[in-house]
Amino acid sequence: MAAERKLCLSGKGVTKVFGLGRNKTVAVDNVDFNFYEGEVISLVGESGSGKTTLAKMLLGLINPTEGEIYFQGEKRDLSSHRKKKEYWKSIQAIFQDPFSSFNIFNKIDTVLLDCIRMRGGGGLPYEQKVAMMTEACSFVNLKFAELTNKYPFELSGGQQQRLMIARIFLLKPKILLADEPTSMIDACSRATILDMLMQLRDEIGMTPIFITHDIGLAYYVSDTVYIMEKGKFVESGSADEVILRPKGAYTKRLINDVPKIYEEWDLSTV
Amino acid sequence: MKHLLQQISRSGKFVAGFSIFATILLIVLIYPLVVPDPPLEIIGQGTFFEPGIYVNVYDSISAPHYTLNLDEAAEQRIASRFKAEDREAMRGWLVGSGMPESEIDIANTAQLLDQWFANFDPTTRLPGMTNADRNYYIRLNNSIQGLLSTEAAVIAQMNAETAVLEETGTVPQTAYVNVNQVANVRVLPLGTDNFGRDVLTQLVRATGVSLQIGFVAGIIATVIGLALGLVSGYVGGLVDDVIMFITNLFIVIPSFVLLILISFSIGQEQRGAITIAVVIGFTSWVWTARAVRSQVISLRNRDHVNLSKLSGHSIAHIIIRDILPYIASYVIMALILQISSGILAEAGLSILGLGPKTTDVPTLGLMMNWAMIYQAHILGKWWAYFPIIVTIALIAFSMNLMNTGLDQVFNPALRD
Repeated sequence: MAAERKLCLSGKGVTKVFGLGRNKTVAVDNVDFNFYEGEVISLVGESGSGKTTLAKMLLGLINPTEGEIYFQGEKRDLSSHRKKKEYWKSIQAIFQDPFSSFNIFNKIDTVLLDCIRMRGGGGLPYEQKVAMMTEACSFVNLKFAELTNKYPFELSGGQQQRLMIARIFLLKPKILLADEPTSMIDACSRATILDMLMQLRDEIGMTPIFITHDIGLAYYVSDTVYIMEKGKFVESGSADEVILRPKGAYTKRLINDVPKIYEEWDLSTV
Repeated sequence: MKHLLQQISRSGKFVAGFSIFATILLIVLIYPLVVPDPPLEIIGQGTFFEPGIYVNVYDSISAPHYTLNLDEAAEQRIASRFKAEDREAMRGWLVGSGMPESEIDIANTAQLLDQWFANFDPTTRLPGMTNADRNYYIRLNNSIQGLLSTEAAVIAQMNAETAVLEETGTVPQTAYVNVNQVANVRVLPLGTDNFGRDVLTQLVRATGVSLQIGFVAGIIATVIGLALGLVSGYVGGLVDDVIMFITNLFIVIPSFVLLILISFSIGQEQRGAITIAVVIGFTSWVWTARAVRSQVISLRNRDHVNLSKLSGHSIAHIIIRDILPYIASYVIMALILQISSGILAEAGLSILGLGPKTTDVPTLGLMMNWAMIYQAHILGKWWAYFPIIVTIALIAFSMNLMNTGLDQVFNPALRD
């Protein structure tokens, strides 16, 4: 498998600095990475370790202060709106807080129709668009007929995050950056959402990149894990290698922070 | 939307402000339909007629007369022409002419008049008396002549051939006319101004024009401020630097001084009400631009904006659909404040004599200017300036109330 691995996203010396002089904060510090197609990648780190900043740079929402990001082995060019739009057909994101991810003035139909238009389906007859939206909604166990003419904020957090996945289903990007997609959601919806994302990955063949503070989740879903501390990658490798045989002290600490369900579970207090 | 309107209608402050404003607006719209006179028409010969009902004397003579025997009629007639200050002045004259003060009783009208007519001599000059004092006593003497008479007034007409007055009728003191039967009665609820123009008609028209000026100035200022704030806040970088440089330039120049200079350089003849409104609008957008910019900066990194970018929307689409609706409530409040400050700015300019030209339409500021030039405040002609101050205050007050009310609706942290 290793021989035919294709690069999808890679970076050399990627750095992001906020502020100047004494207020200078180095959010991402000279990182190199190679993300391959078909793998499930996790970026794990505490809050403030720079993972969201890195994600925004990968998405092209902010520009790196230094360094280059390569898309499918070629230097990424985001100099014009048209080129950015083209890039965003290949890379999409799911954000942490579903309640602030949608424009509260747009109806659900608008959100989904935008996706169809972005895939070049703007001129399709309305019935066909409805069929596409219905298919996308039913993929995430939502009923489009019940959602039409509603606003996203009328849904629960879990439903909104599923709507976000329906959006990805319609957009069919090559890469999906999921920035803490489940941290604002209760534990039951969590597994559902992760399963849906993995199912979607199989269906449309995309490369998911999970950004999380939860090393347990990273182990559950990913093939390759990058551990991030203070803007640098301190450890990386296959999930088994990094999590079952951690080398760095930071990684060990992250692993120890995960509550163990099967150990030290004191039933007397229940 | 429905929910929002419900909340707004439940805000006491907004409702109070809106009712005051709507009442003013309704009066401005309906009054000209009832009283269609041109507001700048000079109807009074003379300045500052007091508020009241003006009955045509000629028409009252020819109107049917009725006899009413009312006891207090004579008393009231004397009281209205023979005031306490006149009695005091008469005592002063009599004492000055050598009469002992103990003999004078100013409460006894008949005795006082007898003493006055027995002693008063217009040619006498008392020590320390100025010319003005002497003229006053002569006027007083004329006005109280025949005060106690009970005879009827004679109406006479001049014979065109012989030039002799011929008596055509008499008006006894008990004669009354019904105001409804007098052909010409004019109510001047706020009197007339220095030019003899009906103050109320003028005030209503002036309120309308001032509101127009406020709206035009407010909308221009808000549109410019909003556009610059949105672009500068969202696009950032060099564009932001350039726009903020211009904005800061305007901030350090006091906008009222700028307004005075521009208004002065336009020249009296070219200054119409709308020209002034445009000038006000173009000098007062600055703080709207700054405030909108800071709101946009706090919005531009929100997830929903990022999502919209990822959906391939253009900058214009993102600004209009993803940023503008979020600051719309703020912009409406800024607009209300801009309108009310536009009205105040016009009043300020006009008081300095730099307002719209005076021949076209009245504005609240122009009316204040006229009242001030003709010293209504010194002469105690309150009707020429006080109603205008109240109107300006009511407009600004109602708009600020609406603004505070809206603020409480849109910003839950401020709710009572």
